Amino acid sequence: MNKLDIGKYIERFVDWLSDTAAPLFRQITIMIDNSVNVLQELLGYVPFYMIIAIVALIAFIIKKKSLGNHKYWQNNIATLIGFPLFCVLGLLLIYWMGFWEQTMDTFILVLVATLIVLMIGIPLGIWCAYNKKAYAIIRPLLDFMQTMPAFVYLIPAILFFSVGNVPGVLATVIFSLPPAVRMTALGIKSVPKEVVEASVAFGCTRRQTLFKVQMPLAMTTILAGINQVIMLSLSMVVIASMVGAGGLGESVYAGIQQADVALGFEAGLCIVILAIILDRMTQLLGKEKEEQK
Amino acid sequence: MNKIEMKNLFLIFGTAKKQALRMLRSGKSKKEIHQRTKCTIAVNNVSLSIKEGEIFVVMGLSGSGKSSLLRCFNMLNVPTSGSISIDGEDITKMNKTKLLNLRRKKVGMVFQNFGLLPHKTIIDNVAFGLEIQNINLKERYEKAKEIINIVGLSGYENEYPYQLSGGMQQRVGIARAIATDSQILLMDEAFSALDPLIRSQMQDDLLDIQQKLKKTIIFITHDLDEALKLGNTIAIMKDGVIVQQGSPEDILMNPADDYVKAFIGNVDLSKIITASTIMEPFRARVQLGKDGLASALRLMERHTLRFVAVISEDNKFKGYVRKKDVERKIAAGEKGLESILMDIPKVMEDHSVSDMLPLFINQKYPLAVVDCNERLIGCIRYSDVVAMVTGYDEEAVKEIIENAS
Repeated sequence: MNKLDIGKYIERFVDWLSDTAAPLFRQITIMIDNSVNVLQELLGYVPFYMIIAIVALIAFIIKKKSLGNHKYWQNNIATLIGFPLFCVLGLLLIYWMGFWEQTMDTFILVLVATLIVLMIGIPLGIWCAYNKKAYAIIRPLLDFMQTMPAFVYLIPAILFFSVGNVPGVLATVIFSLPPAVRMTALGIKSVPKEVVEASVAFGCTRRQTLFKVQMPLAMTTILAGINQVIMLSLSMVVIASMVGAGGLGESVYAGIQQADVALGFEAGLCIVILAIILDRMTQLLGKEKEEQK
Repeated sequence: MNKIEMKNLFLIFGTAKKQALRMLRSGKSKKEIHQRTKCTIAVNNVSLSIKEGEIFVVMGLSGSGKSSLLRCFNMLNVPTSGSISIDGEDITKMNKTKLLNLRRKKVGMVFQNFGLLPHKTIIDNVAFGLEIQNINLKERYEKAKEIINIVGLSGYENEYPYQLSGGMQQRVGIARAIATDSQILLMDEAFSALDPLIRSQMQDDLLDIQQKLKKTIIFITHDLDEALKLGNTIAIMKDGVIVQQGSPEDILMNPADDYVKAFIGNVDLSKIITASTIMEPFRARVQLGKDGLASALRLMERHTLRFVAVISEDNKFKGYVRKKDVERKIAAGEKGLESILMDIPKVMEDHSVSDMLPLFINQKYPLAVVDCNERLIGCIRYSDVVAMVTGYDEEAVKEIIENAS
C-alpha cells in the first residue's frame, strides 16, 4: 500500500506560495524588520535606569488604579508598593547579570508580535462574534494553529522570510493568534442580550452598538486574551531563536548547544522575570476594568 | 385619530416564514405548522388601536407572545405580515434612517432586567439615548439631570448601576426612556423583577410621571393586579392571539372566555369594583320643604318600601326616614321629617367595594351613593356586595344562610 503523502502536498503548496507571493513576503519582511530595528534603536538610546523607572511608574499607576476608589491601599502600602518594587529589583537583576540588551530585544519581539496579533485577532474575533458561519470555519483553524507543535511553523517561516527576527515574529504571531480571536469573540458574545437589545432599541447603529456597548463590556475578557497572547508570544519568541530571532532565546539556545548550564539558567531567569512583569501588568489592567462593572 | 394602529399583524420565527404564514392563513393549527416548517407563531393576526396618552396594557402568561408583540412597535422584531402605523406612518415600511430616527426620538423602551449599561454612570445611562444622537455633552447632561429629578434619583448621578437597588435601577431605565422626549414608551414587564412592595410603589410613581408627561405607554405584564392598576385599556393575549380587549372593569365583569375567567379568578374584586358598578338606582325620595309625612308614607306604600330617601331643597342627600317612624309620627299628630331623619353613610361612586365594607358594620340600611355635589344617585345593599365578592347570586346566599342556621 502506498503511503499517503499529505506532507508532500503541503510542501508543494508552500513552494508555490513562496514563489508567487514573494513580493508580498518581501514587503512584510521589510515592515517588520524596520519596526523591530526602530524600536531597538529607540530603546537603545534610553539608559537602563530610565526604563526601569518608567516600568516601575507604570506598574505603580496600574496597581493603584486596580485597587479602585476603596482607599484600601492607604491602609496597606505593601500591596501598592510590592509590584513596582518587584519590577525594579527584577530589572536590576537582569542588568547586573548582563542580559539587558537581550531582554530588551525579546521584549521588542513580543511587543511587535502582540501588536500584529491584536491588529488581526480583534477584528477577526468581532467578525466571529457576529457571524456564526465564519466562527464555524475559523474555530477549527484556531485549534489547529494552537495544537500544531510550535517548531513546525518555523520551517515555512524560513522559506518565506529566510532567517532572522522576521520569521521568528511571524511564527510567534501564528502561534499566539488563537486566544486573541477566541477571547474577543467570547467577550462580545457574553455581553448581556438585554443590554445589546436596549442599545438597538434606543437607535444605535451597528457600529455604535459595537463601540459604545459591546467592546467596552467585552474589555475584561479581551484583556484576558491579550494577557494570554503575550504569554504565548514570550514562550514562542524563545523557540523562534532557532530560526535566528535574537534576544534571550538566542542565549538559551546557545546554552543548550554548548551544554552551558549557567548561561541557560541566567537567560531563563531573565525570561521568567520579564514574563512575570508583563503578566501582572496585563492582569491588573483587566482587574481595573472589572472594578467598573 | 389613534396614536398607534396595528392591523392584522403576524410575527413568525423560523426560516420558512412565508410557508408558515400561508399554512396559518389556510387554517392549519400551530402544532401542525411547527411540525412541518419548524416555525413558531409568536403573534397571530393581532389588530390594536392605541389612543394618545393612554396606558395600554397587554397581559398574558409567559409564552403568550406579548413580549414579541411589544418588540414589533420599534421593529426589534420585524413583523412577517401586517402593518403598524404610528401617527399615520407605517413603520414596517420605513427605511433604515427613518427607523433609527423612530427609535431615537419617538419610541423609548424599558426592559424587565433594566438593560442598563454597567460601564456607564447613572447620568451617562440616562443620557445614552442623547449620546447616540450625537448631542453635545453639556446639553445632554442638562436634560439628563432634569429627568433624573423627575424620577427622584438626584444625588446618584455619578454612581454605577450595580451600586443601586433594583427599584432604583429601573427608575434609571425609565429615565433613560423618557430622556429622549419620545412620545411612546414600551415597557416590557418593567416591574416584574422587583419585589412586591417596591413594585407597587413604582406603579404609583409611573402613574404620577404619566400624569405629568402624558406619554402613550404600552405596558406588558403577566400580573393582572398590575394591569388593572395601570391600564386604561387591557388586552389579554394567549398563544399569540388577543382574546379580549377592553377597559379593566369591562374585562372583570364580562370575561370573554374561560382563559380570561381563569385569569381574573384570583383577583381581589373588592379592590377593583367601584360603587357605580354595583349600585342600584334609588328613585323613591322626598324633598324637605316640599314633601311632608303623608307624601312620604304614600310613596313607601306604593313602592312597598320600608324606608325612603330624603333630600334637601338644594337636592343634597340628607338620610332616610323609616316607614314605622313616619306612621308613629302621623299617629301622634306631629309634623316634619327632620326629627326622624336617620343618618346614612355616604359613598362616592368611584369608591371601591373594600373602601365601603367597613361602613356596613352596624348598618341595616343600604349605603347611599352620591356624586360630587352630594346628590343621591343610587344605593348599595349589603347583599349586593356579598353577591359580588363571593360570586353567589341572591338565592345561593339565602340557601347558605338557611343551611347555616
